[in-house]
Amino acid sequence: MNQQRGNQRLDRATAVPRVIGNNRDFLIVSGLAGAAKDVHALEEGADNAYLMGGAMGAAVPMGLGLALAQPERHVLVVTGDGELLMAIGSLAVAATSGLTRFSVVCVDNERYGETGNQIAHTAMGIDLATVARGFGFRHTMLAAAEDEMDTARDLIRRQDGLVFVHLKISDAPPPKPSSRSFDGVERKHIFRKALLGHV
Amino acid sequence: MAVQEIWGNALYDTLVEAGVGIFSYVPDGGHKVMIQRAIDDPRVRAISLTTEEEGVALAAGAHLGGAKAVLLMQSSGAGNCINMLSLTANGQFPFLCFVTMRGTFGEQNAWQVPMGKAVRPSLESIGVDCLEVEREDEVAETAEAALNMAYRSNRAVAVLLSQKLIGAKAF
Repeated sequence: MNQQRGNQRLDRATAVPRVIGNNRDFLIVSGLAGAAKDVHALEEGADNAYLMGGAMGAAVPMGLGLALAQPERHVLVVTGDGELLMAIGSLAVAATSGLTRFSVVCVDNERYGETGNQIAHTAMGIDLATVARGFGFRHTMLAAAEDEMDTARDLIRRQDGLVFVHLKISDAPPPKPSSRSFDGVERKHIFRKALLGHV
Repeated sequence: MAVQEIWGNALYDTLVEAGVGIFSYVPDGGHKVMIQRAIDDPRVRAISLTTEEEGVALAAGAHLGGAKAVLLMQSSGAGNCINMLSLTANGQFPFLCFVTMRGTFGEQNAWQVPMGKAVRPSLESIGVDCLEVEREDEVAETAEAALNMAYRSNRAVAVLLSQKLIGAKAF
């Protein structure tokens, strides 16, 4: 269960950008709450990222739909631990999809951060990388220490099988979005126009 | 199964000709023909889901990437989709699903009745337009209507395939 390593807490504001690296290497789908704010902070209004403020559980299957439509592109899903556990079966769907350019980073603060910082299941030692490996993800790792972040950044760029990184971070609040809200229609239009040339 | 061989094949061909390239599904006997066609067809992707709401999010993601995905499910799965349809509604994503009905006309399994009767009111309450098909000769016309509503008007549409069409399963 890796309790001891799991209790190490990387700083959220530096760990997420460091693991993702150049966000332009991917098409990104980010689930609600902290994960969406993390991705928003990488590049405000980026036209290669779709960020959600609800529909908990959507991140992995939505990223999968995007990857099926764009098999030549590398899709990165960024999701929180609460959302991932709500839709854990979607890892099985992804793993059996035949895709190889599909990476998931689970940003795990061990808390339900949006609702009062209640303790989440992952605080009690759940090893999500082993879970993902069991579903059939080829490359999986727990990134919980400073010297593991660069390894994680390289790993999510592998294109020879599905990648899952369980990123343990502090329970400090995620970066605060500045001005724009995550408008579902606007983000869809921006994303499609950049990718497809039309809305 | 003979009747389903006719409408199932015709419906499948209509969807593929309209550009549907991804079929996600939670298996149901009423969708057996279409599911098998999708699995066997190298032109499309057949994606087996663990729960129906994955297909709602998957369809939105496919639209982001310029592809058309439809969801095949039984009426019992409609309830699983409700909150995920907030993504469809809030983002005005096109959505098209085909629901084989249980729990209504001639149902012999009481466990199917509550959700079967709740399909239309639940889906309509989250913004999904429901088109019901009771006869084989309505399938193609309804599919064309649903395709236009979903992919030209960015609507969320459920085609409800009645037990009058698919038959009430002996349980």
